[in-house]
Amino acid sequence: MRVRALAGRILSQLRHDHRTLALMMFAPMLVLTLIYFILDETDHPVAVGVVNAPAEYAERLEDYNVTARRYSEDEARRALRAGEITASLYMISGRAYIQVDGSDPGRAARALNALERAGPDPGRSRPDLRPEITYVYGAEDLSDFDYFGSVLIGFVVFFFVFLVAGISFLQERTTGTLEKLLSTPIRRWEIVCGYVLGFGAAAAAQSLLIACFCVYVLGVMLTGSFFLVLLVTLSGALTALTLGALLSTAANSEFQIIQFIPLVVIPQVFFSGLFELSPALTALGRCMPLYYVAGALTEVMLKGGGLAEIAAPLSVTMGFSLCFMALNVLLLKKHRRI
Amino acid sequence: MTGDCIVLEKVNRFFGPAHVLKDINLRVPRGEIYGLLGPSGCGKTTAVKIIAGILEASSGEARVLGEKMPQLRLMNRIGYMAQSDALYTALSAEENLRFFGAVYGLRKSELRRRVAEVTELVNLTADLQKKTRDYSGGMKRRLSLALALLHRPPVLLLDEPTVGIDPLLRRDIWRELHRLAAGGVTILLTTHVMDEAEKCHRLAMMRAGTLLAQGSYGELLAETGAAAIEEAFLYYGEKQDES
Repeated sequence: MRVRALAGRILSQLRHDHRTLALMMFAPMLVLTLIYFILDETDHPVAVGVVNAPAEYAERLEDYNVTARRYSEDEARRALRAGEITASLYMISGRAYIQVDGSDPGRAARALNALERAGPDPGRSRPDLRPEITYVYGAEDLSDFDYFGSVLIGFVVFFFVFLVAGISFLQERTTGTLEKLLSTPIRRWEIVCGYVLGFGAAAAAQSLLIACFCVYVLGVMLTGSFFLVLLVTLSGALTALTLGALLSTAANSEFQIIQFIPLVVIPQVFFSGLFELSPALTALGRCMPLYYVAGALTEVMLKGGGLAEIAAPLSVTMGFSLCFMALNVLLLKKHRRI
Repeated sequence: MTGDCIVLEKVNRFFGPAHVLKDINLRVPRGEIYGLLGPSGCGKTTAVKIIAGILEASSGEARVLGEKMPQLRLMNRIGYMAQSDALYTALSAEENLRFFGAVYGLRKSELRRRVAEVTELVNLTADLQKKTRDYSGGMKRRLSLALALLHRPPVLLLDEPTVGIDPLLRRDIWRELHRLAAGGVTILLTTHVMDEAEKCHRLAMMRAGTLLAQGSYGELLAETGAAAIEEAFLYYGEKQDES
């Protein structure tokens, strides 16, 4: 009863606070869209300067999403320096000499890959010997965004829920409403549960919106069930919300909540499994909730895993949430013992 | 101690090394308005919070309605108005009232009736739908008072209830407090406005964590030979400094 009253109050507060609502719902979409434009660059061809090479070679380059331009040797050098092309190619008696601008490793790698694959190779002359490639997970046209995107959904929701819940719980303390609340017969666990229920409902709406946006608008690959994506995102949001509320007890102002972001939220991205780390660092990642959220999301979205495959990481994030909630109930003792 | 509704017995309170309340003894009979007078920082608010059950005494005992505080069950019978206005500023006055009403466990129909009654009392009926963010200081104070009265508590603890309220409304509020007291409600309030002292049945003067004197307005004046309560306060204050 009191839990429901508290949850209802949090939702009314959010409903009236249009800015915070927009921050929760639209800021994540903006961030994800920007990242989408950055990572989803398979459509932007890499330009390569061809000084002398067989015409069919240059044509084949186009198949690998590389624009080939005919240049003289001097022009090629100038264009490379000006950044108009990523690599230039000379053929001298059948041997290719490639000059490459390696300042952007991603582009350089794509140019080199295309140049190599377009060159004469035995597979081309003997089609029957061409390797047979099957994608067990993912697909040939999978972009970086498909890979990052699955993890980013979890992260972005985590980030914004952490921020909003942390600040809201802090304000309860700094505006004196927590004290007023504690002068009523409400129990400490009822306060924490009310928060989880209220913000949980908001986080569920947010997760739904973001997951829909990612899958259906940005076209992130989804092989598993959409419902499971929601479930994992929501479990991550719950962890963020309980962690935010917990850490807010150690902060005295909104700014001090912001200070937790580089300390608590950002590092989790690096340990979330997106980047290859040494075993020691990977082990460290296992202490972080986002590691499990990211793992479960990749499993469902890219590998088509079902509930059985994500049961373990999902229960770990739930465990984190319960732990944070219990700690919060204990920490509220500082404000009222009973 | 029959009829004593609020009792503090040898209450001490420390915040770290700071000794904020020193051996406070205080009794408020049922149906009385008891004023706690003193400058800010003298420990009034700490004493009120101990009675309200938010804080606990480091030593000594606080009892409300004959039972030892803090106790959740008793908190339903206490109306507490904090010194700072504890309102959800993003919400309207009505939403604030409805939320706390639900926390106190009021039923829907009763809640609706009580919201209308208390807002009428503090003269906020016309501004009920306004967000409290847009309230003036006095309006916030009045809403805080309405929140404390909402669940008809037999014990009212009001920390500086009339700060920022205009004289006309202040008179109305005092009239209401007397009406409540006549109906058996026990009221303990703090103030540093000396002219409000006269309106309390009984007074306690507080300074630097100790109770200097207790008694009715008339008794305190008679004992000190002072013409006004401010003078009486100075008298006790100087006496404390000498000893």
